[in-house]
Amino acid sequence: MKFSGYPRPDGQVGTRNYVGIISTVVCANEVARGIADKVNGCVAFSHQQGCCQTTPDLDRVTRTLSGLGCNPNLASVLLVGLGCEGTKMPEVRQAIMACGKKVETLMIQEEGGAAKTIAKGILLAQEMAIDASSIRPRECGTGDIVLGLKCGSSDTTSGLASNPSLGMAVERFVEENATIIMGEVTEFIGAEHILAAQAKDRKTGQKILDLVERMENRAKAVGFDMRGGQPTPGNIAGGLTTIEEKSLGAIAKIGNAVVQAVYEYGEKPGVKGLVIMDSPGREPELLTGLAAAGCNVIAFTTGRGAPQGFPFVPVIKITGNEKTWNNLRDHMDLSVHQVMDGGESLGQAGRRIYQAIEAVAAGTRTKAEISGYVQAMDIYVTGPVI
Amino acid sequence: MKRHALVIKIQDNVATAIQDLPAGLEAVVGIDEEILSIRLIQAIALGHKFAIRDIARGEDVLKYNCVIGRATRDIKIGEHAHVQNMESLRGRGDL
Repeated sequence: MKFSGYPRPDGQVGTRNYVGIISTVVCANEVARGIADKVNGCVAFSHQQGCCQTTPDLDRVTRTLSGLGCNPNLASVLLVGLGCEGTKMPEVRQAIMACGKKVETLMIQEEGGAAKTIAKGILLAQEMAIDASSIRPRECGTGDIVLGLKCGSSDTTSGLASNPSLGMAVERFVEENATIIMGEVTEFIGAEHILAAQAKDRKTGQKILDLVERMENRAKAVGFDMRGGQPTPGNIAGGLTTIEEKSLGAIAKIGNAVVQAVYEYGEKPGVKGLVIMDSPGREPELLTGLAAAGCNVIAFTTGRGAPQGFPFVPVIKITGNEKTWNNLRDHMDLSVHQVMDGGESLGQAGRRIYQAIEAVAAGTRTKAEISGYVQAMDIYVTGPVI
Repeated sequence: MKRHALVIKIQDNVATAIQDLPAGLEAVVGIDEEILSIRLIQAIALGHKFAIRDIARGEDVLKYNCVIGRATRDIKIGEHAHVQNMESLRGRGDL
């Protein structure tokens, strides 16, 4: 694979080249969006966290925002806070500066309210967008790809067609020295023995089993059958009966690739090849985690048709359901439904997915990018809002 | 022959419909290169499962040659296997 990518000072490569306007707390979302809406080349990231949370969650918010700022699809970052939040703004700023990027910060309470902050932010962002536009892309290869994997709004076609097809593409990305990140630990439940057996060694396999146990215990602690939450009512309507069945289909998206390492939510992998990242299955938190870990492109399989993309990482929607392909053309990028009745082999479908990822890395826009269906993001929390 | 449903592994006791199937159909079910014929007791929607042999209450339901849950009542050959007669064994804070 060859594509024109944007080189960053830390050696990572962007498939896109935005100025990120990142809200550091739920109370600053309106201002971050207000700035991004008025400056071409800027993109806002907003979320619901950053205040009145327990320490583990606030630390995760701080680490996740740092990771997002370091994502190679951002040329520079403007952080927007309120001024009294729990997010550790100086740590976020330091982390992003450490990867060699320009960072500006604005605090709404210091600037004198939303209107003044937006006005000042627009002027700052204009200069940053001009600087970003002066960065020239260079030729890059598969080794520069950090590919995130996700399946959402799954039905049984996900496990039979789109996920195993993506698995074929993933095996090729591994061969060509890319980094591939799979999250969605909830959707390992019932299939963890297969994943553990695919780990590079026993220690890594045990880490996978431990992650699954931690996630299952969180679900059990609520005191209910988690069915209805996982699988979702939509999964069930699509024919998926239990989390075990959903998981066995979900893990097909790594094919036979070896799991090299296991990471915490939003943590940047230190190795090439396929890795696993702790995260729940829900889109807003998982897509954010993949972006924070440095993904520059995401492949997202869906059965019933999940619309979400991500503000600054292209998300390619792949369905194995012919009805969904015909009904949701403004959200679906690619269909492999012919795999279902034997009209296309998994190998052929996998090659088309590989080519689609290559095209998007080179700049072809996804449906989610074109439609702007990318705003409803969030950061994973495990404790209460207090 | 055009297949109506797939069995993923030979050990499985359910098949997955790959199109919407009417009640009473003699469904053509593919297991690798082999073909089974199963009469459907009820309509089965695309993506939904039906038993390819009688499954007793309490028995494991197998797909991908893995346990995907347990029968909560007897499931007859050709009957829809789903939340009304199957339960998960995982993530159960209620057990």
